[in-house]
Amino acid sequence: MNRSVSFGLNPHHMEAALESPADERVVHDSFSPLIEECSTSVEEHVEAMEMEVLSKEEGGDNQAFLAMAGQGRGRKQVNPLVRARWSSATQRVLCSMPSRTIGRCQDAIISQYYNRTMQLRLRRQSQPSIQDFSRSARPSIRGYRMEADSEEEENKRERLVSNLQSLSAGDRVRMLRAMPINMAEKSELRKLACRFKVRHSPSSTEISCFSRLKYYTIITLQHGWYSWLSFLQSLHLWQVALKRVSGRFGTGVLSYFLFLKTLLLFNGFLFLVNGFFLVIPQAANPPPRHSADVSFSGLELLTGGGYFTDTVMFYGYYTNSSPSCRSVQNHTGGAANLAGCETDGGAQHTSYNIPVAYFFTIGVAFLVTCIILVHSMSKSFGQSLRIEKSQGNLNVKVFCSWDFNVMKKSSLELQSENICTQLKELLSEVNCRHVEKTLAQRVARLAVHALAWTMCLASTLACALSVFYFSEYLYKDHQQVTSGISMSLKDEARLLTLPVAVSSINLLLPGFFNTVAWMEEYDSPSVRTYIAIFRNLLLKVSVLGMLCYHWLGKIAAYPENLGLPCWESFVGQELYRFLVMDFIFTILDTLFGELLWKLFSQRVLRRKRKPVFDIARNVLELIYGQTLAWLGVLFTPLLPAVQIIKLLLLFYMKKASLMMNCQAPRKPWRASQMSTLFISLLCFPSFLGAAVSVTYTMWTLKPSSECGPFRGLPTMFLSGKRWVLELEKANPNLAWLTWVHTYLMENPIFLFVAAGIFLIVTYFQTQVVHGQRKIIALLQEQIANEGQDKKFLIIKLQAAHERKHSASPRRLELRSSEDSVMD
Amino acid sequence: MGTTASQLSKDLLSEYQELTFLTKQEILLAHTRFTELVAKEERSSLSLRIPMEKILTMPELKSNPFRKRICYVFSTSERKDGSLTFEDFLDLLSAFSDSATLEIKSHYAFRIFDFDDDGTLDCGDLENLVNCLTGETDDTRLTPDEMRQLINNILEESDIDKDGTVNLSEFQHVISRSPDFVSSFKIVL
Repeated sequence: MNRSVSFGLNPHHMEAALESPADERVVHDSFSPLIEECSTSVEEHVEAMEMEVLSKEEGGDNQAFLAMAGQGRGRKQVNPLVRARWSSATQRVLCSMPSRTIGRCQDAIISQYYNRTMQLRLRRQSQPSIQDFSRSARPSIRGYRMEADSEEEENKRERLVSNLQSLSAGDRVRMLRAMPINMAEKSELRKLACRFKVRHSPSSTEISCFSRLKYYTIITLQHGWYSWLSFLQSLHLWQVALKRVSGRFGTGVLSYFLFLKTLLLFNGFLFLVNGFFLVIPQAANPPPRHSADVSFSGLELLTGGGYFTDTVMFYGYYTNSSPSCRSVQNHTGGAANLAGCETDGGAQHTSYNIPVAYFFTIGVAFLVTCIILVHSMSKSFGQSLRIEKSQGNLNVKVFCSWDFNVMKKSSLELQSENICTQLKELLSEVNCRHVEKTLAQRVARLAVHALAWTMCLASTLACALSVFYFSEYLYKDHQQVTSGISMSLKDEARLLTLPVAVSSINLLLPGFFNTVAWMEEYDSPSVRTYIAIFRNLLLKVSVLGMLCYHWLGKIAAYPENLGLPCWESFVGQELYRFLVMDFIFTILDTLFGELLWKLFSQRVLRRKRKPVFDIARNVLELIYGQTLAWLGVLFTPLLPAVQIIKLLLLFYMKKASLMMNCQAPRKPWRASQMSTLFISLLCFPSFLGAAVSVTYTMWTLKPSSECGPFRGLPTMFLSGKRWVLELEKANPNLAWLTWVHTYLMENPIFLFVAAGIFLIVTYFQTQVVHGQRKIIALLQEQIANEGQDKKFLIIKLQAAHERKHSASPRRLELRSSEDSVMD
Repeated sequence: MGTTASQLSKDLLSEYQELTFLTKQEILLAHTRFTELVAKEERSSLSLRIPMEKILTMPELKSNPFRKRICYVFSTSERKDGSLTFEDFLDLLSAFSDSATLEIKSHYAFRIFDFDDDGTLDCGDLENLVNCLTGETDDTRLTPDEMRQLINNILEESDIDKDGTVNLSEFQHVISRSPDFVSSFKIVL
């Protein structure tokens, strides 16, 4: 007796006889309850909507299937699921499979979220209740279970609502927001959940005043929180401008402006901290003027010298005393005995100790900046790097490359063109991946690369050495010319030549690198971008390194050689000059590089294409400027303010130039990876270099003895230590502070131990990632096996249906022949 | 014109804030832009349904190749004509907003790309998708050979269970590999 298994929609009417050899019956016995389960759930999922969809499908899909079947024969492996004609029953089964309904059906979504809320509840409670595990169901697809007993949609919905109300308010809001259903459904669910919650709480007459008060407080706090968030949103700087830029140029160019905004925030923070703790206290209590009054001439804005030298801007202005004790001395009429204030006993605690403030403000500002940078860098890394090795990126390109931000029609056309080109390139790459280059070709390529690298490195070295010798010559010259504290304007103008030279190197040499890279051949455009960034970075690092060596190594160590009373102010002024020159050269570059090039290419060369905004070069310029600002903050507390003004002006200028002169980039720009790269460049060479030089200055260099808050001390660091000792003297309970200071800050063992722990943690994490990759591979294999099962079942279903149809016409024929015989 | 802000009651506004990823400013701006699309007389009712042609005149959607699919996906009208009420419009903006989760974005992206609404991306859907991406003009279209090869490659890379189509889970798996998706799947008013 054949085992009859029902496959069709209506298990009572349609039966298909499954003829199978004897050994298969054993297998089918164990599967049959599963198949029955399958058929009942198929029944519950059929809706009027699906019938409509089916009628559309049967017309359309068959053609597609026919086309694919025709092509499929040429391929090495014919996918048996892609066939000519499916019967309507098979079609119905196919489109009511859970993996397909989840993509279109709201009830499936509700089921899925029911399971999610259940899991969330269980996680939160950490004590599963027994009745939740009573149903047995086969392994689910993404948590979507096919229940053994049939549940109507209303039941599922009710259960979802009951789950929702047992969650906390925050979880409920998050869950509701994240559900991809329409608003009417969501507000319905929310009303039900809240209503149930109210119903479950004690009746209104029993609500005490206290809990009502608590309820109202919570509601008010929530409203307050929402309005605070909205207020913060409305403060968003440049929202409209950024939208226009992204609308025309896409996400890549937008990342430059977002980076600019980030830098603005960093500088704003530094400025506020410095201003509040350093500038304002010092400005409120100016030290006695001991130099001749210098009048203000316009050149100060460029050179930072002259009038500005003896102002709050530079290190030299700051005193090493606390304001209140100077006023005491003024009363006694003695000469300003600036060094002796701290030795007075306990009465100094209420006064403001400028040296200590200076030391700790700079230290803490750097520490906080470091933490923020490392945090944003790790967040960026987490978003852009994936655990899985990507096998191919054709599908990613097709699914993810359309930028919905872009609104302008010409930019959209450009985007389409770009995508088409990239797809064609990728396809050809896939095709000729197996084409090996001949030995001669490879050697030629390597030779070209070697030549290009030699040229770049040689030019970088040449520029660094020229900067070194030029700065030596300039300072020697400077010493010979000046003799005293004040310098004439002409001499200060001569000092501008070094910044001009460095800025012109920074401007011209990357162009040279680009020209050299033109003749090279790279595997992919992103490799080309990385190499260009690396060369540019190498240039800037070597130039800055030379300058730092000069300032901190030569000038700071032997300030007498230059006849400088106050080397810190001098270094601060140098950095100010460099910053201002950098800005001026950027303006010139924007004017000449973009505007004139556009006019030239349109009028003279008669090309339709406008110049392209070079994102990498501009971001490196920003990083360079920020490095200068960080290097100079110790010597020039107001340098962040200058940087803020510079960044603001730069934003508007770059945006205007972009809108007028440039077009969207033609090469693909992976914005997220690039942003990660830029923020890590900001952290590693830039911030780390600045932090190292500031630490070196504070730890080992001797501050000048005639100016500044640290005069008289052997190093700047000792001011902090002395203050700690004083505190301990005043209050013996704080002895642990000295202990911390001695053993953590001065002892290198601590650093070694910290670095060792860090390395161990990193090693463990890489092992975890390795293990996760293995698991992913196993799971993919498992899914492929499940797919095989699915294919098997569907083919059997179709075969059964075909057999039925081939059986019934025969029966009809028999019957008609019987009838004809009987007649 | 000055009364548009008061047309949304505070309760409704806070409900919308809770149920979507939009902030109060964005909801009010959406309301302003939505009501601008109709003549003054019809603005009063909240259950106003604007036909698709009017929605597609908005500059954010005007040239987008997926504009019609977007309207169809977010529309709750029984006639399936792509008309949107204000709540549908808020759903649209919420899914395309800055703070929406990757999951919601990938879910709606899947539904937008599913041109025949059958719950999976089969060869026809993928072909339509690539044609939308590469544009209308003839010189940017792919040749039939290239199209076939492209679709085969996509299926080979994305179809994990080898059933010839890309379902929602597989699509979301592909999307999770691209960190740029969240920032490019954005429409801001």
